[in-house]
Amino acid sequence: MNRDQLARIAVGDDERGGVSRRAFIKGSGAAAAATAIAQGAIVMADEAPTSTAVVGPEATAITMTVNGRQRTVSAEPRATLLEVLRTQLDLTGAKPVSSDGSSGASTVWLDEKPVSASTTLAIECEGKSVRTVETLGGVKPDPVVSAFAAHDAMQCGFCTPGFVVAVRAFLDKNPTASEDEIRAGLNGNLCRCGTYANVIAAALDVVKGGSNG
Amino acid sequence: MKAFEYAAPRRESELAGLFSGRPGATAVLAGGTDLVGLMKKMIVAPDRVVNIKEIASLYGISADSAGVTVGAVTRLDEMLDSADLDAFPAVKQAIRGINSMQLQSQGTIGGELCQRPRCWYFRNGCGLPTELGRMVERGDNRYHAIFGNRGPAKYVSASRIAPALVALGASVRIVGPASGEAVEGPPKNGAPVAQDGNALGEAIMPLADFFVTPRAPHQGETVLDPDQIVTHIHIPRDEQIASATYEVRQSEGPEYPLAAAAAALRIEAGVVTEARIVLGQVAPVPWVSEAAAAAIVGQAVTPESARAAGEAAVARATPLSQNRYKVQLARVSVERAILQAAGLETGGF
Amino acid sequence: MAEYSWPRRGTTSLIDTEQTRIDGVAKASGAAKYSCDINPKGTLVARAMGCPHAHCKIKSIDISLAKDVPGVVLVSPAKAIGDEIQWQGDIIAYVAAETEGAAAEGVAAITVEYEMLDVFVDDQHLAAAEAADRTGKPLSNVQLVNEPGDDEDEEAFEEAEIQRLLEASDVVVEGNYGINVITHMCMEPHGSTCEWNGDQLTAHLSTQNVSGTAGQFADPLGITASDVTVHCDFIGGGFGSKFAADSWGVACAELARQTGRPVRLMLDRDIELKTAGNRPSGFIKVKIGADKNGVVQVWDSQQWGTSGASGGGVSQGVVPYVFDPENRRRTATSIATNAGPQRAWRAPNHPQAAAITHTAYDDVAAALGIDSYDVFLRNLDSVSNDKADVYRAQMERAAELMQWKSKWHAHGKGEKKGSVVTGLGMGIHTWGGGGHNSTCRITIHPDGGVETALGSQDLGTGTRTVIGIVVAETFGLPLDAVNVKIGSSSYPASGPSGGSTTVAGVSESNRRAAQDALAQLNELVAAKLGVGAADLVAKEGRIQASGDASKSLSWKEACALLGMTPLEVNGEFRRGEPSSLSSSQVAGVQMAEVAVDLDTGIVKPLKFVAVQDMGLIINRKTAASQIYGAVIMGIAYSIFEERIMDLQTGAFLNAELADYRLPRLGDIGEIVVDLWEPDSEYERGVVGLGEPPVISPGAAISNAVANATGVRVPVLPLTPQRVLDALGSA
Repeated sequence: MNRDQLARIAVGDDERGGVSRRAFIKGSGAAAAATAIAQGAIVMADEAPTSTAVVGPEATAITMTVNGRQRTVSAEPRATLLEVLRTQLDLTGAKPVSSDGSSGASTVWLDEKPVSASTTLAIECEGKSVRTVETLGGVKPDPVVSAFAAHDAMQCGFCTPGFVVAVRAFLDKNPTASEDEIRAGLNGNLCRCGTYANVIAAALDVVKGGSNG
Repeated sequence: MKAFEYAAPRRESELAGLFSGRPGATAVLAGGTDLVGLMKKMIVAPDRVVNIKEIASLYGISADSAGVTVGAVTRLDEMLDSADLDAFPAVKQAIRGINSMQLQSQGTIGGELCQRPRCWYFRNGCGLPTELGRMVERGDNRYHAIFGNRGPAKYVSASRIAPALVALGASVRIVGPASGEAVEGPPKNGAPVAQDGNALGEAIMPLADFFVTPRAPHQGETVLDPDQIVTHIHIPRDEQIASATYEVRQSEGPEYPLAAAAAALRIEAGVVTEARIVLGQVAPVPWVSEAAAAAIVGQAVTPESARAAGEAAVARATPLSQNRYKVQLARVSVERAILQAAGLETGGF
Repeated sequence: MAEYSWPRRGTTSLIDTEQTRIDGVAKASGAAKYSCDINPKGTLVARAMGCPHAHCKIKSIDISLAKDVPGVVLVSPAKAIGDEIQWQGDIIAYVAAETEGAAAEGVAAITVEYEMLDVFVDDQHLAAAEAADRTGKPLSNVQLVNEPGDDEDEEAFEEAEIQRLLEASDVVVEGNYGINVITHMCMEPHGSTCEWNGDQLTAHLSTQNVSGTAGQFADPLGITASDVTVHCDFIGGGFGSKFAADSWGVACAELARQTGRPVRLMLDRDIELKTAGNRPSGFIKVKIGADKNGVVQVWDSQQWGTSGASGGGVSQGVVPYVFDPENRRRTATSIATNAGPQRAWRAPNHPQAAAITHTAYDDVAAALGIDSYDVFLRNLDSVSNDKADVYRAQMERAAELMQWKSKWHAHGKGEKKGSVVTGLGMGIHTWGGGGHNSTCRITIHPDGGVETALGSQDLGTGTRTVIGIVVAETFGLPLDAVNVKIGSSSYPASGPSGGSTTVAGVSESNRRAAQDALAQLNELVAAKLGVGAADLVAKEGRIQASGDASKSLSWKEACALLGMTPLEVNGEFRRGEPSSLSSSQVAGVQMAEVAVDLDTGIVKPLKFVAVQDMGLIINRKTAASQIYGAVIMGIAYSIFEERIMDLQTGAFLNAELADYRLPRLGDIGEIVVDLWEPDSEYERGVVGLGEPPVISPGAAISNAVANATGVRVPVLPLTPQRVLDALGSA
């Protein structure tokens, strides 16, 4: 869109919530004309303009909380979270399977949300909290890990840690999930060996609080 | 990935000067689910990545009697969880259809709308769109466009939520340097650095007009210039509108549908008085079918009238050498979206 | 030599029960280290550059810019000027760098000039291949009851005889069938982490062949196999594609040697799919004559397909599959394409053969309007193995589990709900299996500790657990009392994991070693207790006189009798030697129930039944997993996956996971696994299981779709496009 078509925003005029409201009201097109935005819902430009630091392309220090511990690594902006976890922090549970995150094998929690570490830049995790599958292991494994073992929800096991994180995240949100909900809700992860049937059984077992779950 | 600079502004105002007007020089990181993969394959190779997810004003959902505004970096799962969006089943159904918890909790609405085409020639480095047009025409176009494909662009618009939003009459807010005011700072690695005094401007437009079919290299799939971003999406509220999205998905995974349609219908006394039917995955843009809308307006929604609307929607399809089957799927999508919007059984899976 | 045997059925505590795999928690919690997880200090990341063109000659390679990319440590061309490239993704060069990003940027900075050559990748159309001069000489194999007279021309006689038999048949079915190339799509790509210690190489290789790959590194590196240790504790999928060190494995070792640092080189996903193996395609034109009961009288087929640049395709030796009618003629034509080379893919040739021939058998049922079950049953007299009775019993069992009889309707005659129809289909299969060569070394320590070591690998089948079960059962110990050491070429050699041979092989060597070790230990115990060694039994952690529990020692006490020196016993099995512990040959019957949306062409599996024999089952839990997995892989190649090539350029268009369609957790329907193990199976010993259950899904699912819709969708996978095309509604 030509920049002539953009209406100047009066930066710093402290128009709390008004920017979008005014804009959507006077915005072009019939659809927008009838709209209004809640006052105060959107805040922007509430202070004098500041500039943003530009870093890179060289390696820069990135500080994040990883599995409860504050860690500082040095990485280029292009480094993915997956690469940093695996090569700098020796957390190799999240696996590199696809470059585009479509396998779910690199699933980790970023600020407690399941995301693909292979499509997350390490630098965007600055100041955030990352939690990996390794937190579910140890001498007293998470019930999801135990249920995966008990139901043999793995073969080669390469996709398994990502699946375990996904199941844990899914069940945290849907603790009483039915089998149908499990079948509908865990499709972000790919397994080639064909462990899905046992993953379903493992997830159901956790829901039911089974002996291993 | 090519090496790049990185910036994460915290306020909209800080965007000024962070972007280069040069095509491809700056990339916007909104969710990353598409961009990072493209950068790994160097299909996209920016000098700078601007992460807009830290801008607080671009985040969140707010509603009032007029409608709902969604910030561009609002995550898709948050939209699914938002009661404010219950009034727009077409939107929630489209998000649900993505079928990946990870994509839903990482992906943002702005990123979803601005994702690049899935076209495998593009993704294999053949470029977009001019060289590509001929290749697609002679090549494997089973997933390509059956509408709007006479020009060089033969890919399909990737967004899965756009058809629903367009059908619902959503508008989009765009921010970028305003006319005459922007001053580019001294270049660093070919890109301008942030500099005070750059002026930002904004524009609002119907989402329907946001998507464009490029005719030449370096034209994008949207109206956005390289230094402009989407900041908010607004969906007008209208209690009388019933809506639905129907996607033909071969699997339960996050793979893209083979065809899709969104329907927004005003049904009064059992009769459709106003309709907007938008097809997805069939054209380089979300494809508004006025013919389908005209066919259903004035009718009660029945399997027969829905089917007639589906047939009207595809009457003028122009399939390529290998994607004639998509005409059938587009027809069924329209038919089922209408039935679903009206709360009727679709008869299929 | 001792007589080796398995415990009598019903007396076991571990064998033939359900045991949780011993490395399950390690795998599920991310603690298990795969080859790509090995990250010694200072490791460089290496990346391969794949050729963007499918057929070309290298005119020049310029690596000067790549060497200057910050972070790049070494650039190493893999091809020379003048080399001909035969497929897209063949590796041209390697870059070793400090980070993934630098390696990728280095690859992008390599400049190569190419001379473009003609490209051909259309394996689906024989005529196109002939026109492009890409076909080999057709090979025919004919079997007829009648023979030509002395002065008759053989070919003319065969032709006339086939025509006569077809004319004499009550029904003649003609059809085209096919199955496209698929890839292995191992979740962990091929690759390794290599590190040198002086002139000693350790290759952490993602391999199905721990004991067999050291020499493959040694020769090209100019060292001996004794200088190489191949190590692989866990492998992220192989499916037949990871038997070799591979040129990129050697390159990784070479990069490590030249840089003096450890190097990790895993193939990118797209190069992995383009270069590291695929399953050949098979297309066939069939004429089949049958009597009115559906018993096939004559089979006549022409098939073609590709295995890549060297031609190939599906072996005609398995056409028609399992069934071998008395009169048949089969002709196969190999097509050379500019595509990556095939590698063994789980049950090589069999899944394709089943998919392109049992579909034709099913079409006989459709043509006659009779139950497909009956057609399969009536043709069992012609099976090529000695399993006809097993098939009969398994069919009965499968039908019961599927409720076949009550669900059956004639092809295309089922009830339609909305636009959805359902149908049933089946297939049968066969496989050899049997143990591979295997040696192991069991050590019993004086403190009671037990370990077994062998250069085997766990492909995902639960090999570690199987070995542990065999040894623990023999010693009367709990499973966790045995320390199972596999995954290193420094251990006694054991065979590659392929062809369903691992469980039988490692069970043989370990049972033998354990029985021998126990016999030696029993001599000491017998002397101590004053009983005959032959009267001793090991169970529940003790060695005791049978029938007199008062005369016993705990396992620990017994082992203390060894004194200062551990007892080491080797076990060995050579494939093919007669053995009471293992045998070969299995059958197997599968049935599918699917739903098809006639408006969208989408096929959904509703229920799948797999009845499978496998001889004696060591671990019922992991055995069942193998079958579940095989069925799901079968659903994948039946409905979803295929390699898609651009006919203009030879580009492999869907060589990324996002574009290569595979089923997800919500796509599999209900799967019923039946471990078919009557006493006769237990008694014939271990056979193997990995391949057989992956064979029949293509036929069973295609037949179910044909039964549901009343039309045959000729080519797999059964995508909405192909289903709609077959229905004539697209």
